[in-house]
Amino acid sequence: MRHLPSPTITWGIAAFGFVALLAAGAFAGLLLEGAQDLPAALAGFDSYLLRVARFTLWQALLSTLISVGPALLVARALSSHPSFFGRRALLMLFAVPLALPALVAALGVLALLGRAGLFADAYRWFGGGQWPGIYGLSGILVAHAFFNLPLATRLCLNALDAIPADQWRLASQLGMGTAARWQLIEWPALRSALPGIAALVFMLCLGSFTIVLTLGGGPAATTLEVAIYQSLRFDFDPARALALTTLQLGLTALVLALLFRLGADLAGTANLSVSARRHARPGRLEAAFNTVVVLLAAALVAAPLAAVVAAGLRSDLARLATENTVRDAVATSLVLATLSAGLCVALTLSMVGARHRLAGARRRARPGFLERALDGGASLILVVPPIVIGAGWFILLRRTADVFALAPVMVVAVNAAMAIPFAMRAIRPAHDDAASRHDRLCAQLGIRGIDRWRLIDWPALKRPLATGFAFAMALSLGDLGVIALFGSDAFQTLPYLLLQRMGSYRTADAAGLALILALLCLALMLIAERLGGRRQ
Amino acid sequence: MTRATGTGGAEVVLDGVEFAWPGGPPMRFDLSVPSGEILALMGPSGSGKSTLLSLIAGFETPSAGEIRIAGKDVSPLAPALRPVSMIFQENNLFAHLDVAANVGLGRSPSLRLSAEDRAEIGQALARVGLAGKEGRLPRELSGGERQRVALARVLVRDRPVLLLDEAFASLGPALRDDMLDLVGDLHASKGMTVIMVTHDPHDARRIASRTAIMEKGAIAEVATTEALFSGERSEALARYLGHGTSR
Repeated sequence: MRHLPSPTITWGIAAFGFVALLAAGAFAGLLLEGAQDLPAALAGFDSYLLRVARFTLWQALLSTLISVGPALLVARALSSHPSFFGRRALLMLFAVPLALPALVAALGVLALLGRAGLFADAYRWFGGGQWPGIYGLSGILVAHAFFNLPLATRLCLNALDAIPADQWRLASQLGMGTAARWQLIEWPALRSALPGIAALVFMLCLGSFTIVLTLGGGPAATTLEVAIYQSLRFDFDPARALALTTLQLGLTALVLALLFRLGADLAGTANLSVSARRHARPGRLEAAFNTVVVLLAAALVAAPLAAVVAAGLRSDLARLATENTVRDAVATSLVLATLSAGLCVALTLSMVGARHRLAGARRRARPGFLERALDGGASLILVVPPIVIGAGWFILLRRTADVFALAPVMVVAVNAAMAIPFAMRAIRPAHDDAASRHDRLCAQLGIRGIDRWRLIDWPALKRPLATGFAFAMALSLGDLGVIALFGSDAFQTLPYLLLQRMGSYRTADAAGLALILALLCLALMLIAERLGGRRQ
Repeated sequence: MTRATGTGGAEVVLDGVEFAWPGGPPMRFDLSVPSGEILALMGPSGSGKSTLLSLIAGFETPSAGEIRIAGKDVSPLAPALRPVSMIFQENNLFAHLDVAANVGLGRSPSLRLSAEDRAEIGQALARVGLAGKEGRLPRELSGGERQRVALARVLVRDRPVLLLDEAFASLGPALRDDMLDLVGDLHASKGMTVIMVTHDPHDARRIASRTAIMEKGAIAEVATTEALFSGERSEALARYLGHGTSR
């Protein structure tokens, strides 16, 4: 349809350009700084950096093992019991960590297993003396498992659910036992999905910032991302930050290349699993084992959540709610998250629209560069952690402008870009589906521009757009990555204030704020889920 | 946009029109449909029937050749500006808009309708047997009723050429005959040129004066429907129908 002018494509290019500029600006900042003082940058690659890099990889590896290994068992247990009381609730519980800001989860782990946590009380009561607390590697691992075990479980479960029902019928007809079913049916299905799942979890742990910052508790347990933050925020050593960032990017790019080769999905979402009916019931022993596995996994997810609620309720919520600083932080957070979600949805819609238009106009079998860039390029932003983008721009801007005055802009822009892959998940299928039904009809009837948006696209897309918006808003609301660098006493978001209260040992305040933050994010996720689920 | 005042039909000519789908074989169409005729297009799937309609409607652009409607080359015109209305097998209606709005879009793409427009929409709906169903949503209608709405929109658009792309293929035999008769009625009163793709010889015999048989991206044969199905000579038709004798 060459007659149609395409502002659609122009907007798509502009949106992609914005994301690319965001990443490129960060690199430019780092490179400029590095070029100015090359020896210093090179000197940044010292033994400290190597130690940090080693710890980064080590904790990511361990986190992956303790998340994915048990996830295999949990997924298998859930798939062999396709209906039991509470299965739906359990799967919904497993979706909660997706909505929860890392900072809240970290506080939950502390409230549960920290030196003054709930577990410490019980430990003392049973005569165990002073509980040492769970700072350092163990704390990081627990928090990572809290996030990634449910994620890996859902992904494994998807793989198991994809097994055709006929195979199960066949298995029961042939009289296969547990071992044979595992060996011949379940394991082959899991094995093909496993590398992708493991690589995804590994990459998420590699780029973990908030959890390591709050639970690492010292130079012994520092990852590259936290080291970048410290070198900029406390030591102000851009050369070291550059060295650290380069290494971090190199590592993530490596893992990501692996991920793409394995065909993993970066923005995995929570869909409720519907497992096929089995024709052979698990034996009593197996059923008991499955019950234990599922209960343990549920405890791992539920306990920190319960701890967040318990600790939050014990804090002086009434005072917090009237405190001006808190009110300001909540207002700031809501405004920034709204702006960021709006920007995110606009960017996503522009890219989705342009991609669809290009795909429709394509005269070759293979998509061109622009189409591929609009398709997958946006999710590449996930490689570049927010803290790295923030760091790059921080270095770039600090000579020419007051970086702290630019904080709102940076927070909105970076958080919007970060949420694009997730918003795309909500918007693209609905958009492409509606467009394929409507494009010819609109062309025929001459419905274009604002008319098309008003009469056709908006009514068809308002639900998925709202889903994407709520999702992006929740992500942005809980993010600590950029605000950690750019925040100041004059400009605080809720997560930033929370971190400050933690830093000044006002633990009860922090717990109360965490509860508020968690409720806000969960409410948004619930809205997103509702809007997304009730499609006609 | 100037509204085509389509009283009567218009001649449709495809002159050496070439086209190929990405990775597909080349197609070449030469066809002339006189003003006011009903022509049926038949042929195996992949022979290019729908492609030919898409080219006339402007959804696809030929790589060579010329498409003339009423003597005028329509190549530079966007689909909405061509003197053509098309009905697809599915998705002719916007699911979230009611019947009146779906028909009204044929009059104004921004849905700004005058009282006169509304009256005409009501008349068109009555004409296709849907009087009183203005406020229904497409999902509250049967498959046949939905295609009737599309026909009502064709009436208010009032273009000299109507393209039917297996528009009634998903309906049962009796309903399909009703719809074909309705098209025949509209044709009798408006006199527009109709090109209809169908896979059923029965459809062609019911209303088409001539039938074109397509094979491998080209028109293999055009003849009066009567002559074609009386079994005089068509090898292409025999190949399509899959037996040596005619039906």
